[in-house]
Amino acid sequence: MTDMTSENPVILSSKEKPKAKKLKLSSIIDHSILIIGSLFMLMPVLMAFTTSTHDHVTIHKEGLMLSIGDQFAENYGAAMFEKGGFTETVDGLTMLMNSLILGIGFAVGKIVISVLAAYAIVYFRLKFATLAFWIIFTTLLLPLEVRILPSYEVVHSFGLSNTYTGLILPLIASATGTFYFRQFFMSVPDELVEAAKIDGAGPFKFLIDILVPISKTMVAAIFIIMFVFGWNQYLWPALITTDETMFTIIRGIRQIILAYAEGNNIPEHGQAMALAVIAVLPPVLIVVFFQSWFVKGLVESEK
Amino acid sequence: MKRANFSNPWMPLLFLLPQLSIIAIFFYYPAVQAMQSSFYLEDPFGFGSTFVGLRNYVETLLSDQYRKAAIFTVVFTFLVSFFSLSISLLLAYKADKVLRGGSTYKTLLMWVYAVAPPVAGLLGVMYFDQSFGLFTYFVADFGWDFKLGVDYYDTATAMVVVAVWKQVPVNFIFFLSGLQSIPKSINEAALIDNNSGFSRFWTITFPLLAPTAFFLLIINITYALFDTFGIIDMLVKAVPANNPMTLVYKVYLDGFRGNDLGGSSAQSVLLMILVLILTVFQFRLIERRIHYT
Repeated sequence: MTDMTSENPVILSSKEKPKAKKLKLSSIIDHSILIIGSLFMLMPVLMAFTTSTHDHVTIHKEGLMLSIGDQFAENYGAAMFEKGGFTETVDGLTMLMNSLILGIGFAVGKIVISVLAAYAIVYFRLKFATLAFWIIFTTLLLPLEVRILPSYEVVHSFGLSNTYTGLILPLIASATGTFYFRQFFMSVPDELVEAAKIDGAGPFKFLIDILVPISKTMVAAIFIIMFVFGWNQYLWPALITTDETMFTIIRGIRQIILAYAEGNNIPEHGQAMALAVIAVLPPVLIVVFFQSWFVKGLVESEK
Repeated sequence: MKRANFSNPWMPLLFLLPQLSIIAIFFYYPAVQAMQSSFYLEDPFGFGSTFVGLRNYVETLLSDQYRKAAIFTVVFTFLVSFFSLSISLLLAYKADKVLRGGSTYKTLLMWVYAVAPPVAGLLGVMYFDQSFGLFTYFVADFGWDFKLGVDYYDTATAMVVVAVWKQVPVNFIFFLSGLQSIPKSINEAALIDNNSGFSRFWTITFPLLAPTAFFLLIINITYALFDTFGIIDMLVKAVPANNPMTLVYKVYLDGFRGNDLGGSSAQSVLLMILVLILTVFQFRLIERRIHYT
């Protein structure tokens, strides 16, 4: 770190031998720091996976395992299909489906609503545009966690407990997406709408045929962020779903801890870890495979 | 609003309607209800409520429990922000600097973004648990009898570690994108002037990153306040007892377990005020950010 060669290795290292040696040392340090960092991030989930391939008695005796055991099929099978593993009446597959519905429903709902609202704010001469803007953007201030109890009472009083509507709609009630699309629409050149108007395109046609197609990457990026956000919701699903067939997989994780807390018999660690791995796999895969969109969406949306 | 636009009078209303109705029903209505019920004392058996003025606020602010949670929240927020920001700054700086493997490290360091907080909390239990935790085994050799969920400070330590682990990726992504947006010419000029990488970092790179760091500080404070609920709930195994808890956790606990609607609402309103202050602060920082870049 304390040399100048690392930034420009080719020119300098060929001239002076000692610097070349120094360069190596500095880049070894850099790589070691990055490897330690990567291991710090990786190990917990990796060990959850290796542990999930052992039977629960071994895990209870020896703790987390680093080797691959022979119980992979048993534990994952039980976590996915066995009813009552942790949650009495629901299996992993149902919870996975519920999570998928929540993740996709939330992301799609949020995108549709925010695109429409942002379109109205940016592209129309509106008398109360400023008022609408403030009404919408005040919601950025208060996360659901802060108004959790009254939100629960409201949704409950509408009879929306244990429904997908009750699960998804209150989460959509914030302006993150609208803010994001507003910023993006502002950056779209004015000439585009002028040209469209000269060609006789109305507002609907402009939105569907021009604005939505050019926003495609933006929509994909925000979809990933929103899907992960929806999938990972915990407190709200924990409150609003009491019927176990409506549990999301993240909600199901809570049942594991409750079983631990009771502590009557040896907990099914293997299955618990298997369920944890299943719960993180879909969002992790999406983030890793669509990494560039995801990073773009994250960095742009928070600006 | 754009210079060129449509002047259809009813169409924008139609487009705004879904968003406005959802936030009216699921945001403004509950928020107003929270403010209203913070001035009332709810009968625990549901026989109406009495107006008590500011009593809920006074009781909240005077209660030892609340003060304890508030102090913990401040310390927790500080520690989580400090460690996750410094660790990710170091990693982002190195990942930006290395010539090979940069993109592999990037993937390895950011994917934890997708891990849900309660899953992070469950993994934390596996590491810090009294009977089978890996970390517990390890520190026992040094005479540290680690008691998750029993000892206040041990539990707090576990909470901070897990919360930091979960937050490193976000900070890393922003720091890295901040570093990559610094023009190469600046780095090269600095290289000619200054031989020491350490002082180059603090005099050139860090000031250029300061706007990103300020912005991330707000993001981290918000995270520590609100998004750590799942981690905390898991680490205390849904049995809070005398364990450390954040203010958001206490809102949930008093409202749903304690059935203290008024007290919980008063706490919600206090948190709203806190968020409001943070937001004003954030807007001023964003204004400054524009001057920087």
